Amino acid sequence: MDVFNAVVQTLDSTIRLSVPLLLACLAGLYSERAGIFDIGLEGKMLVGAFAGAAAASVFHSAFLGLGMAILISVAFAMIHGFASITHRGNQIVSGVAINFIAAGSTIILGQAWFQQGGRTPALQPGERFEAITLPGADAIHDVPILGPIYAELLSGHSILVYLAFAMVPFTWWVLFRTRFGLRLRAVGENPAAVDTAGISVAWLRYRALICTGILTGIAGAYLSMVQNGGFVKDMTAGKGYIALAALIFAKWKPVNAMFACLLFGFLDALSIRLQGSPLPIIGKVPVQFMQALPYILTVILLAGFIGKAIPPRAGGVPYVKER
Amino acid sequence: MAQAAIELIGINKSFGAVRANRDINLEIVRGTIHGIVGENGAGKSTLMSILYGFYQADSGEVRVGGQPASIKTPNDAIALGIGMVHQHFMLVDNFSVLENIILGAESDALLKKSIVKARSELERLEREYGLEVDPDAIIEELPVGLQQRVEILKALYRGAEILILDEPTGVLTPAEADHLFRILRQLKEQGKTVVLITHKLREIMAITDTVSVMRQGTMVATRETKKTTVEELAELMVGRRVLLRVEKGEADAGGVKLAVKNLTVKDTRGVTMVDDISFDIRAGEIVGIAGVAGNGQSELLEAISGIRRAVSGSVMLDGKPIDLTGAADPGELRDRGLAHVPEDRHHVGLVLAFEENENSILGYHDDPRYLKGPFLNIEAIRNDAKDKIAKYDIRPADCRLKTANFSGGNQQKIVLAREMEQDPGVLIVGQPTRGVDVGAIEFIHKRLIAMRDQGKAVLVVSVELDEIRSLSDRILVMFAGRIVGERGPEATEGELGLLMAGVEHQEAAE
Repeated sequence: MDVFNAVVQTLDSTIRLSVPLLLACLAGLYSERAGIFDIGLEGKMLVGAFAGAAAASVFHSAFLGLGMAILISVAFAMIHGFASITHRGNQIVSGVAINFIAAGSTIILGQAWFQQGGRTPALQPGERFEAITLPGADAIHDVPILGPIYAELLSGHSILVYLAFAMVPFTWWVLFRTRFGLRLRAVGENPAAVDTAGISVAWLRYRALICTGILTGIAGAYLSMVQNGGFVKDMTAGKGYIALAALIFAKWKPVNAMFACLLFGFLDALSIRLQGSPLPIIGKVPVQFMQALPYILTVILLAGFIGKAIPPRAGGVPYVKER
Repeated sequence: MAQAAIELIGINKSFGAVRANRDINLEIVRGTIHGIVGENGAGKSTLMSILYGFYQADSGEVRVGGQPASIKTPNDAIALGIGMVHQHFMLVDNFSVLENIILGAESDALLKKSIVKARSELERLEREYGLEVDPDAIIEELPVGLQQRVEILKALYRGAEILILDEPTGVLTPAEADHLFRILRQLKEQGKTVVLITHKLREIMAITDTVSVMRQGTMVATRETKKTTVEELAELMVGRRVLLRVEKGEADAGGVKLAVKNLTVKDTRGVTMVDDISFDIRAGEIVGIAGVAGNGQSELLEAISGIRRAVSGSVMLDGKPIDLTGAADPGELRDRGLAHVPEDRHHVGLVLAFEENENSILGYHDDPRYLKGPFLNIEAIRNDAKDKIAKYDIRPADCRLKTANFSGGNQQKIVLAREMEQDPGVLIVGQPTRGVDVGAIEFIHKRLIAMRDQGKAVLVVSVELDEIRSLSDRILVMFAGRIVGERGPEATEGELGLLMAGVEHQEAAE
């Protein structure tokens, strides 16, 4: 039963750890499917996390915090759009710049406003998103096997966790069943086809970036208002990049993206769980190795274990009307 | 009384200092096929882009169906019943036919209804015009001819009454082009108006009712097709009489310069593209390789010039073998007198971001003529480039201009000048006049024949049958990677066409 409990607990933290990855990954999916590379996922998550925690703390409302996180994150997405769509700038450079602005400005503003070394004040109950207990979770808690799976694995997460997973089928539906999705995929493959069909390439790409901004905002809010009780500097810690790796690994498909993010989340959970405890056969493994595991896996997977990943064909190329 | 579908009145359009369209007047009669011919850069595409709302005219008026029309975006054009089939297809390659058809013409925010509607509409169009295509096929898996059909369907689905086709046959095989013409005639019978932009005069003669000729941004003439001739049109296009067939004397063939023996080449997917080919080229003759694009000609050229690895066989240059492992040193081949004008000059022949003079010595930059110690002798290079510009009439005559700013025909001349002026013993040319206008074609053909008369061995690969017939002393026809026949220059088009289609080959095999 100990082993079973350990498995349930590890899977439970897998879910928690994969949520920010999943949201960021889906965010990247919208923009890259529309032909805009977005290396600035990291930065947008970070400003989202900061804005969310700061607003929640000041206004004493979790939902106001979430709203502010989304607003600021969308604003940063629009900066990326202004540089790379309107002015046809290099998308990678713009994304990197956004990451730097985010890292610097959150610390400066945090220090100026709260004087806690770049942190935001610890969030009080009501300022955070609390865990939701699904109906009947307590009742069947003691039922063997099913009980813990339902009560611990499925129940007891914050609303943002359920939202993140609900975004997977929703994104699929948007991409493959709606007019917006058809046009979004088309503009990432051949913007000239979209242009000659009488649709504005720029406006379509801006809308894709708005979707990206909303999702990175939620991802940031999750980090500072669910996983942590406040904003800490550089708290995204490379999750935006891992999400990009997961996106490639998932070949730009929503359901694949979920599994990719769960895999990275699982490795993360495993490394936390196994810290200090000896493994069978191998013996004791240094903590650092376990912590490095997700990143090592990223390199291995991207180096060729996933087969050919064909990115959207117009990705990274600003659209210029041909003469 | 015939009614005008489109009237253009006094259209002007400039891009910076370039006046692409000057005071154009044109009337296109409803229910006819109207051809617009002109050299590259004559302003045909610009004019049609104005009509389709891609650009705005600086001045002038457009009337559609007698009513003044303001066409600011492609949407306006579509609403007025104007559809366009672009030279480079505006299709999303990994979408299905249906998805491409409905893109931009969806009936509501969800796709389901649009797809159902498009499917039944496609069936109707298929019945009416014989435009059959599998609605669920993925575009990139369809042959080019069918992709073009999807473009036509797209326009018809949007209710196009006027269909503009920009250089539609450039990518088609002769059989596919014939099919396209049948479709266009059918559209005409149904009362649609077709505008055909091309620089191929033969097509104009074959299918149009009326033809307008453009030259340097102006509309120089409109003729009833029945009452004009290819010669007259050609003259109107270039402003002077052109020889459509270059005059040349008998070949005086000498010893074998290049001997290809049992050459087999596979492409990157492992498909055999060149299958056990043998032939010789002698000094003082032009050997032409005819064939529909994609029958192994490109791979053959690449293998001979040392770019692509050959699976087996040998190529002897002046009796000595060429390294066919794909690791051949192009510099060494040049030293041995093998010059290569590649098919794809944009990717293989030129660095578009370089100045003209830099490209004019590319690959020969180690030549002591262009060096001063370890450094490039810039002055010598520029003088050399100026000489070539003068000799080959490369325009604009500016050796400091970025190569990307030259027109396609002039870029081709830059490559040809570079390779020919090195005085090679063997010259290999792929698609010598692809994208080149009539005036320059004549010039290039004359240069190639002059090379021959100087005793060089010349190999020409071209998908233009006219070109092969006009240049070659011997014609080899390639089909499915093999040489299926050898003919003299007197071979008829029909005879070669059958060989190119593999007809004779298959009969012989049976």
